[in-house]
This record gives sequence, C-alpha cells and structure tokens, in this order.
Amino acid sequence: MTLTSLAFYLFATVSVASAFMVIASRNPVYSVLFLILTFFNSAGLFILMGAEFLALILVVVYVGAVAVLFLFVVMMLDIDFAELSEGFLQYLPIGATVGLILLLELLLVFGASSRLADSNPLPRATPEGMTNAEALGRVLYTDYIYYFQAAGAILLVAMIGAIVLTLVKSNNPRRQNIAEQNARTKEDGVALVDVKPGQGL
Amino acid sequence: MDNLFFDTYIWPLLLVTAHSLAIILVLLVSLAFFMYADRKIWAAVQLRRGPNVVGPFGLLQSFADILKYLFKEVIIPTTANKPIFLLAPFVTMFLALSAWAVIPVNEGWAVAEINVGILYIFAISSLGVYGVIMGGWASNSKYPFLGALRSAAQMVSYEVSIGLVIITVLLCVGSLNLTDIVLAQKTVWFAVPLFPMFVVFFISALAETNRPPFDLPEAESELVAGFMTEYSSTPYVIFMIGELANIILMCAMTTILFLGGWLPPVDIMPFNLVPGVVWFVLKICFVFFMFAMVKAMVPRYRYDQLMRLGWKVFLPLSLIWVVLTAAFLQFTGMAS
Repeated sequence: MTLTSLAFYLFATVSVASAFMVIASRNPVYSVLFLILTFFNSAGLFILMGAEFLALILVVVYVGAVAVLFLFVVMMLDIDFAELSEGFLQYLPIGATVGLILLLELLLVFGASSRLADSNPLPRATPEGMTNAEALGRVLYTDYIYYFQAAGAILLVAMIGAIVLTLVKSNNPRRQNIAEQNARTKEDGVALVDVKPGQGL
Repeated sequence: MDNLFFDTYIWPLLLVTAHSLAIILVLLVSLAFFMYADRKIWAAVQLRRGPNVVGPFGLLQSFADILKYLFKEVIIPTTANKPIFLLAPFVTMFLALSAWAVIPVNEGWAVAEINVGILYIFAISSLGVYGVIMGGWASNSKYPFLGALRSAAQMVSYEVSIGLVIITVLLCVGSLNLTDIVLAQKTVWFAVPLFPMFVVFFISALAETNRPPFDLPEAESELVAGFMTEYSSTPYVIFMIGELANIILMCAMTTILFLGGWLPPVDIMPFNLVPGVVWFVLKICFVFFMFAMVKAMVPRYRYDQLMRLGWKVFLPLSLIWVVLTAAFLQFTGMAS
C-alpha cells in the first residue's frame, strides 16, 4: 500500500510541476516536451487506478500523435521568445482566478462525493474478472453505441473540413496519375528516330 | 516486520532488476552481432567480404567500432540546444530497451506479463519518433531538421497501418496479452491466414524503423546523415544502439504477431524438444535476415512514393482487412 501511495505522490508531483512548466517555460519547444512529461505522469496515475487501457491509449493518442503534431508546428514557428514571455505576468491574475474557480468546484464535488463514499466504497475501475479493454468495449459498443458513432462522425467531418479548407484549387494541378504512369510501356514512351545529319528533328 | 518488508518490497524489486539487467545485457551483446550480420549480409549480396579483420571472421568488428566511438571527443555544435541535443539519443535508446520488458521469449519468460502488452509495445514504439525529432531540432542545422521533419511524418503515417494490422491480429486472438497472442497460434501461425497483413506489417516495420528502402530521414545523398548529422562519438553510438534495438524489437513483434513466437513450426517429436527460446531467437534472426536482404536489394523510395504507399495503399488495405476479418469471425461464430 505504501508503495502505491509513494508512486501516486511521485506521479502527481511530477505531473503538476511539469504542467506548471508548460506555461512557465520560455521556449515553446520546452513547453511541448513538458506537456509530454505531464501526459506520461497522468498515464502513470491511470495505471495506479487500474485503468491500464486508458493509460496506454493516452500515451498512444496524445503523446504518440497529438504532441508530435504540436512539436512539429511549434518547431517550425519563428517566434520571438522574449516577446512571448513578456505578457506572462500580465495575465497571471486571470489565470489564477480561473484556476481558483476550478479548484473550488473540484473541492465542492469531492466534498459531496466523499459523503457518498462513506456509504459505499470507492468503485473499482473494472468489474471483477474482466480486463480493462473488455469492460470498456462492453459499455462503449452497447449502451453508448450511438454517442460513440456520433463522436466518430464528428471527427470525420472535422477532418474532411480541414482538408477542404486547405485544398488549393488551381488550373494547373500538378498531380500524378500513378496507374497511368505504371501502365506506360516502352512503345508509347520511346520512339526510335533516324535523324538525318544537318536536318535535325 | 523487517522480514515482511523485505519479502514484499525489496526482494521482488531485486528480482525484477536482475531480470531486466539480464535482458538488457543479452540484448546489447546480441545487437553487436546483429550489426555484424547486417553488414555481412549486405556485403555478401554485393559480392564483397564485409568486416573480416577484427577477431575470427571479423566477429568482433562491432565491439571495435563501439570502443572507437566511445573514446572519441563529444562534439556539440555551439548553436545547438545542449540539453535536448544530449537527451535525444537517450530517449531513443531507453524507449527501445524498455519495450523489451513485456516481450515473452518463452511461456512465462517476460519481465512483466501485463494484460495490455501489445498496446504497451505499440505506445512505446509510437514514442520512438521523439528521439529523432528532438535530435533534429536541437542540432539547429538544416539537414538534421529536414531529416527530423521527414521522420516524424513517416513514422506517424506508418503507425496507422501498424495499428490496424495489430487490430486484425487482436480480433483473431481476443486478448491484448502477448502470451495469449502466441498461444492462439498453436494450430496455425497468423502469417498463413493473415498473409497480406503480414506483408503490410513487415513493410510498415521497415518504414517505422527508418530502414532502407525507407531511410529517407538519413538519406545520405540528400541530407548528409539526416537527423544524425551533428552527432558524434558517444551520443551517436547511443543513437545507433537505440535504432538497432528498435529494429530487433520490430523483428520480435513480427515473430510474436505472425510467426508463432516461441512455438515450434510443427508440434511433433524432434521440433518440440527444442526449447522455446531457441525458436524465438531463430525466428527473430530470420526476420532480421529479411530486413537485411531488403536493405541490400531494394533501392530507396522517393518521399512522395513513401507517403502514397502509407496512406493510399496500406491504410485502405488494412482497413478493409480489419472489416473482412471481423465479418468472417462474426459470421462463422469463431469470435471469442
């Protein structure tokens, strides 16, 4: 038990500290790297709660794909780091207010739920004798199938929208037709011409 | 009380540490020989002799190389971002090594037998891109940066089809546990019924590990040495070890997902006497041989061809195969 709580405090401390560093560090690339560290430690917290599937999905999706894109974009931006960090203190009160409100709300929720928890113990992450993935699948693909499909459709529409927005239409699209290129033979690509001297083609 | 503390915390910790160290040691030593084998196979295809000076048949060549690298001076470009520049090779190596924690080399022979083993490996291998992208950016030089950008796009693209291939295998197994995946292949290896997926996985693994013919991030004719251009001595060798460990990891993944892991090819008398580890290592060597032959025989892809192959060929193919497999399992009632 002590080992679990030790691990919890380790993950929690590192994730909060690195989350702070995400906004505090001057270099945006450092920010993204700290964000990755935060994701990792949150995944660790998930594993401690017994939600190993969620933890690994968090790593695969957020660290393996989303953060790569962030890093990709941030690395290519030409940013004046000094100018960027100037406004940090200016907006600190607003950020602090938002954070405080969130904290208060969380405290209220926990205050309510801890009274409930007295009557029934903390629920396990998964039902007895079932793996994480199975438990999730049984809920997602039965009770919530329509919501699940709707979420998928929304993402698909968003993706198509992004593609349509960035599609540049031009009169001279330099597109390759791979099938056409592969279907070319020596006969229609090469012509043997007997060039007369002094005449050219 | 003290004894209890020792039994519950210290002893398992020591055991796991010893187990991990043993695996890392075996892995690192075998990497040297895989490197040697790679060069020897490449040389044989080109009718050269390959390394043949250090030790018998040149067997100790890799150790000589590593020692040479380690004793060189570490050169860090003045404009490089020092912490990230030095962090990048370690990220690559640690990720490649940490994935081995869940690989079962025989029944029950894994450091950690977790229920989401395949997902763990997938997660770890999807992080491999960070070493490359950090190294390329921190070098603060154009060739490494271009190499890093190429690599990031390439690895993210091919991960998609690798994920779908893994899903196909998982549909047939009904579990995310690596041991279950191997045991499900007792009757027939998945390479037979899922042969197209086996091919897709193999080619995607080549792209994922930046192996030729997909080694565009380090294409020497265009980008000097890609993201590794500014690296020298120890950081360079760590990068190389990480890359090679990743390649062997992909070989092990292919073995587990499609070639029946530690299971013998046929479960009859002379074959099933051989310990499972031997079969596992033999299969890894076979897949690695194919990796090396591809490197020797196939010319490098153009970048747009690479992207086309990933997104327009492999992605639809593996998606259709997932749907077909799911439908087949559902309608034949073989779904577990």
